[in-house]
Amino acid sequence: MREIEVSMLTDVVERLCIAANEHLPSDVKEAIRTCRACEDGEIAKGVLDNIIENFEIADSENVPICQDTGMACVFLEIGQDVHFTGGDLTDAVNEGVRRGYDKGYLRKSVVKDPIRRGNTGDNTPAMLYTEIVPGEQVKVTVGPKGFGSENMSAIRMFKPSAGLQGIKDFIIETVETAGPNPCPPMVVGVGIGGTFDKAALLAKKALMRPLDSSNPDPYYADLEKEMLGKINQLGIGPQGFGGKTTAIGLNIETLPTHIAGMPCAININCHVTRHKTEVI
Amino acid sequence: MEEKRITLPLTAELAKTLHAGDRVLLTGTIYTSRDAGHKRMCEALARGEKLPFDPTDATIYYVGPTPAKPGQVIGSAGPTTSGRMDAYAPTMMSVGARGMIGKGARLPEVVEAMKKYSGVYFGAIGGAGALLAKCIKKCELIAYEDLGAEALRKLYVEDMPLVVIIDSEGSNLYEEGRAAYLKEAAVKSGK
Repeated sequence: MREIEVSMLTDVVERLCIAANEHLPSDVKEAIRTCRACEDGEIAKGVLDNIIENFEIADSENVPICQDTGMACVFLEIGQDVHFTGGDLTDAVNEGVRRGYDKGYLRKSVVKDPIRRGNTGDNTPAMLYTEIVPGEQVKVTVGPKGFGSENMSAIRMFKPSAGLQGIKDFIIETVETAGPNPCPPMVVGVGIGGTFDKAALLAKKALMRPLDSSNPDPYYADLEKEMLGKINQLGIGPQGFGGKTTAIGLNIETLPTHIAGMPCAININCHVTRHKTEVI
Repeated sequence: MEEKRITLPLTAELAKTLHAGDRVLLTGTIYTSRDAGHKRMCEALARGEKLPFDPTDATIYYVGPTPAKPGQVIGSAGPTTSGRMDAYAPTMMSVGARGMIGKGARLPEVVEAMKKYSGVYFGAIGGAGALLAKCIKKCELIAYEDLGAEALRKLYVEDMPLVVIIDSEGSNLYEEGRAAYLKEAAVKSGK
């Protein structure tokens, strides 16, 4: 058994909140640059040039890439041989978010009640997901999630008879409906299977996977490529002004599901697809 | 394509010279407001009260910036999704506000109000908050401080890079830009 002080977790979350908001992952940068090289239209090229210039400024000046510094989605993969000491785990994570958003001059975008509103003032609470895994390490991932794109996400409970075509149509329909709203070029996270809630979580996790990786199952790896290609034939383009680059990536995650169902969730993200990981 | 340099205020005459798809470098004073600020302003108007700024020929930027770091005028400051302000935009135009800066689609009733009041909807690049902050030379908090990032601010911007998305005649770059791309792609593939 390994003992870990929760204060260590606070420090890591604080650091990751700031780093994730200032520095885009290299695979996302690379995907944007590749798409820029393929665009022909003047407006589309101009937009992608500005997007590249923007993340370069954020990198060199250590400022947030986007003003929507998001809700802090925190994923903890906790080794089962770990024993946390020195306080409450959830409190420790929220303290990390509180400090990170304060010290990093990040925007506080969380309201304390969904209907009655009212800013919490410190961007807490975090959206915390914990998973128990073998071992004695803790893997911490912070993925700040903006809501321009979150608002364009969708979930549907399909009949199994809808089949593959049902899923394909739903992906296209969701991206079509999103149109210019989620700041395209977007990243599309697809979760298929499990239960209602698990499908949504799979879609969110799909957004944390590098864009230069594929689903390990060749069936889904092919589907990822096919659907990204189809989305990029829609013509929505960077910022919705028309062009080849509507999405820079599409990841699919799946789980077994019930004989009666085929849940599918689509989590839309923008070109500022941020996440940062540290292992304790 | 050449960029048009324009200086505010956005008079009806100036608005009519702008067309969907125009790339614009905008200079002048603009006001920031988003969800909660718009709600409060429209409630004030409904009570017959005045707005915290003179809306005549004004341009409103839908933005909630990050806090300024020491030495910065403002933090990152890119546009938020405009559709959430659709419920308020016609009211704002009815009292004189003419320009809107944001990103994303607008409802038909907003476009109708734009035609009626010679409004212009500009797009700033969503997600380019660090870049757009460079154009903001002055920032002054003028009202609703309790709303934090959503408070009303008066900004002075220089050469802010924008694209006209919907013009005062109702032409829409989202529709036309995509259609033009698809037409060209079809020609290229020989369909």
